[in-house]
Amino acid sequence: MTGMREGVTSVAEQEISTRLVELLTQQRESLGAAWLENVSATLRGRISVAELDRELRELYSALVDGLRTGGFDWQGDSYAEVRALLGELSRNRARQGFSPTETAVSVLAGKEILEPTTETSAEDIQAYLRLSRLMDALGLYTLEVYAKTREEIISAQSEQLMELSTPVVKLWEGVVAVPLVGTLDSARTQVVMEKLLQTLVDTGSDQAIIDITGVPAVDTEVAQHLLKTVVAARLMGAECTISGIRPQIAQTIVALGIQFGDIVTKATLADALKHALRRNSVDLGRAGGAA
Amino acid sequence: MSGPRPVPDADHETITIESNDDVVRARQLVRTLAQRCKLSLVDQTKLVTAASELARNTLVYGGGGVMRTGLVRRDSRVGVTAVFEDSGPGIPDLDLALTDGWTSGGGLGLGLSGARRLVDDFTLDTEVGRGTQVAVTKWAR
Ligand SMILES: Nc1ncnc2c1ncn2[C@@H]1O[C@H](COP(=O)(O)OP(=O)(O)OP(=O)(O)O)[C@@H](O)[C@H]1O
Ligand SMILES: [Mg+2]
Repeated sequence: MTGMREGVTSVAEQEISTRLVELLTQQRESLGAAWLENVSATLRGRISVAELDRELRELYSALVDGLRTGGFDWQGDSYAEVRALLGELSRNRARQGFSPTETAVSVLAGKEILEPTTETSAEDIQAYLRLSRLMDALGLYTLEVYAKTREEIISAQSEQLMELSTPVVKLWEGVVAVPLVGTLDSARTQVVMEKLLQTLVDTGSDQAIIDITGVPAVDTEVAQHLLKTVVAARLMGAECTISGIRPQIAQTIVALGIQFGDIVTKATLADALKHALRRNSVDLGRAGGAA
Repeated sequence: MSGPRPVPDADHETITIESNDDVVRARQLVRTLAQRCKLSLVDQTKLVTAASELARNTLVYGGGGVMRTGLVRRDSRVGVTAVFEDSGPGIPDLDLALTDGWTSGGGLGLGLSGARRLVDDFTLDTEVGRGTQVAVTKWAR
């Protein structure tokens, strides 16, 4: 495995990578130290020097190995170790709240260590330029992993938020209700429904009201979740009422062809509560007597 | 369908549909346009619901794709159009797929047939192995 793809890695490129391996191996200690200094200057105390040192040493070795066996083909097998290390580094930085710049600097600062001076030979300048390009590519890769990790963190947080923002309330002895508000995606509906079922158990209730006044649209997916919840509640010996079906939603549901079967639906939450209480044969006094 | 081809306004937007969040985004974009074009509340809700169904089919069965949406004009009428396109497996039996209650997955099997009922114009092009394109339009009254 040379990482050489025919017609892609020219002889010249190979000479350059060989030269880079030479330079990086010969001056390992001084270049490694310069790299470390560049990075820690930017990260100033936000991460321990010992830890940075360890990270960069591993990266340095992996990079030299990659150059030696794979040339500049950073997406190839020879660079698997480099990519793994960079992936870990970006994920850690993202979790610890470092900025994209603070993350990418670990890689990009590696460019400067071979920065040419007036004494640098023409070949070595070329080697430097080629290394810069490689480090840029690796820097972008790092940022990509970073961005992906941030996204994951954000979606995990919104999941937690979702959990918190789902108020299942006990309306009355034996009656729990959940108002659904906003756009319902599958994940959110799922959370709501699980919480509703759990609250039925926790409060020993056998009537549940799902109020959809605040839902802008009910599609087949939402409907399916509603239907499943009703079935699950029944298996637990509880009955569900769906309330707050506004006219536009009702017409859409009918046009879609969704059938709620024998599920009781009510126009308002108050109607649903009355119905639930009647089911539990609570004496409602005047309110119940009138209906 | 009937009449001359609807003329799209220049500023149609395209969004990719590759995750559940994209489905939500597609729905919101269509709602914004429906409001701009002054569709009635019922028609807005119908169109948004149809878009939701088609976007999810694009994601689930088409393996992801794009939605193109914008205002269209025909004669003196204004409408909202949304075109969903994927390069997924295509639909081998269209009649079956448009049958109420038929699903190849675990759905209710109402999305596609229901979406057709929810809009004014509905066209579906599909080819096995090539992909599926569904275009829907709702006109302001
Ligand atoms: N874009 C597509 N590409 C391939 N197959 C599709 C596509 N859209 C729909 N289908 C097929 O048509 C069937 C019917 O679609 P429809 O949306 O009516 O039902 P569903 O998605 O299975 O359930 P739901 O009622 O939740 O929408 C699907 O099960 C699927 O086999
Ligand atoms: Mg569907």
